[in-house]
Amino acid sequence: MLIYTLKRLALAVAVALVVSALSFGLLYLSGDPATAIGGEAATDADILFIRKTYGFDQPIYTQYLTWIGKALRGDFGMSYYFRVPVSQIMAARLPATLILGFSAIVFALVFSLPLGVIAAIRPNTWIDRTALFLSVMGQAMPSFWLGLMLMVLLSVWLPLLPPSGTEGWEYFVMPTIVLGYYAMPAIMRLTRAGMMEVLASDYIRTARAKGLLSGSILFKHALRNAIIPVVSVSAVQFGFMLGGSIVIETVFAIQGMGYLAWESIKRSDFPTVQAVILVFAVIYIVLTLAADLLNGWLDPRIRVT
Amino acid sequence: MEFRQIPAAEEILGPSPGQLLRRRIFGHKGLMIGGAILGIIILLALLAPLLSPHDPYQQSLVKRISKPFWSPDSKPEHPLGTDHVGRDYLSRLLYGARISLLIGFCVALISGVIGTALGVVAGYFGGRVDMVITFIITLRLSLPFVLVAVAVVGLVGGSLQVVILVLGLLLWNRYAVVMRSATQQIRNQDYIPAAEAVGCSTARILLSEILPNVLNSLVVVATLEMANAILLEAALSFLGLGVQPPTPSWGLMVSEGKDFLFFEPWLITIPGVALLVLVLAINLVGDGIRDVTAPENR
Repeated sequence: MLIYTLKRLALAVAVALVVSALSFGLLYLSGDPATAIGGEAATDADILFIRKTYGFDQPIYTQYLTWIGKALRGDFGMSYYFRVPVSQIMAARLPATLILGFSAIVFALVFSLPLGVIAAIRPNTWIDRTALFLSVMGQAMPSFWLGLMLMVLLSVWLPLLPPSGTEGWEYFVMPTIVLGYYAMPAIMRLTRAGMMEVLASDYIRTARAKGLLSGSILFKHALRNAIIPVVSVSAVQFGFMLGGSIVIETVFAIQGMGYLAWESIKRSDFPTVQAVILVFAVIYIVLTLAADLLNGWLDPRIRVT
Repeated sequence: MEFRQIPAAEEILGPSPGQLLRRRIFGHKGLMIGGAILGIIILLALLAPLLSPHDPYQQSLVKRISKPFWSPDSKPEHPLGTDHVGRDYLSRLLYGARISLLIGFCVALISGVIGTALGVVAGYFGGRVDMVITFIITLRLSLPFVLVAVAVVGLVGGSLQVVILVLGLLLWNRYAVVMRSATQQIRNQDYIPAAEAVGCSTARILLSEILPNVLNSLVVVATLEMANAILLEAALSFLGLGVQPPTPSWGLMVSEGKDFLFFEPWLITIPGVALLVLVLAINLVGDGIRDVTAPENR
């Protein structure tokens, strides 16, 4: 387990390093960042000044090393737009995104686990069909559109919920439903497949033959084993949801990291964009690492490869 | 003297593999329905210049937001109404199908070439090569995909070509993963060492021994990625960081309609339903192809 942990850890660090270089390099896609910041009205002298103040006159690897060195200490530079440290803005915005992410994954689990289990016990019934229908629709519906339709339904036709903002818990209901809905198909399918496989196994037959109650078989014997892959997929889905929150947060004007990224991209606020991408990537890397280690701990066969 | 009827060859041999495949294709409800819808949408997109009642770019300030046909105030010359600058919504919808399909095809193609190359090479060579490519795949998966796409389009400037290129360069991961494991599965089948033994070049083995045998999974992934690309383009355009106005993109139409959410929700319903139907049809076709070509995996 120690060797496996160290290997996975080394891989995660390597991935994080390359991802940080990529998110740093993104800035140079626009050509010369100094010209981009200066805007159309900037004179040559302005651009030279910007280049010097922001350190764009340094070689690119020096800039990267300075940036990553500071980033490791939690300093992501100053936001060009807000004129305050990026870390400060992110600290203010991260809670909304994390709340949204957590409530969405909880929402997804609360609905998709029972649906998956029932669909596995009673395949080809109306519940199984409904579950299938829900996941097929989830794969085809644009998330921003579902969000807007929900807004029409729950804020305009039946004025139950506020359409957009971050002021209280009621503002998070619709975004949670939309974001959680997109995590449901994967969890549901995995639960269903896992349960079906486990229910067909020999030890369940033995348990049945011993005359154990079916409830006890289901929860004590079957679900416990079927749920292992679900845990790791939920972790990965959580990471995906944070990345995808840019769309949902923009639709519902939730003042989170995704909305911050969107605003900053539109304002060419490069340090903020780089920092948000890096933070999201690192969260995702940590989550997959945790999921892998958990899997390796639960299932020793994984450690060998 | 009576001759006994000689049974036809088919009766003795049973249906040929081709007939079986055809039967499976035509017997698959999802594939048929999806294929029919997709066919109709492709036809509508191709014939958009002939079918559109108006120019999709023609603005008219006096005809702003005319209602669609189910409203009593609708005008017969604009069956789906007009948008906030008086452009005919039906014409924009028809031309929008072209954008979505174009993006779907091109992105599936670009990412397909990249992902297949990486996956087949990793699966065939294994060892170090496989390690490097697996690392690249892990790297790609760790990037917050939507965010990076939005950031790149925001920095480079949005246009149809940029969106296609960005999505094409980012969406190859599923191809690579599927092609890698498909190649690993057939890597040790007898015909591969046989081809190596008679001295076939590596390129020949990859292209004419391995590629045809992983084609089924390739087509399935391609349809899924096509659907994915269409949804992502819509999301990027919705965020204002994709295809730029006045191009009639369905995502952009939703984005332009959302300011009228409270009084004219049909402005977002129509392009949204169009997206939903197109993506649903493509997914049905993809699932259908998987069922038909690999019935043992059902």
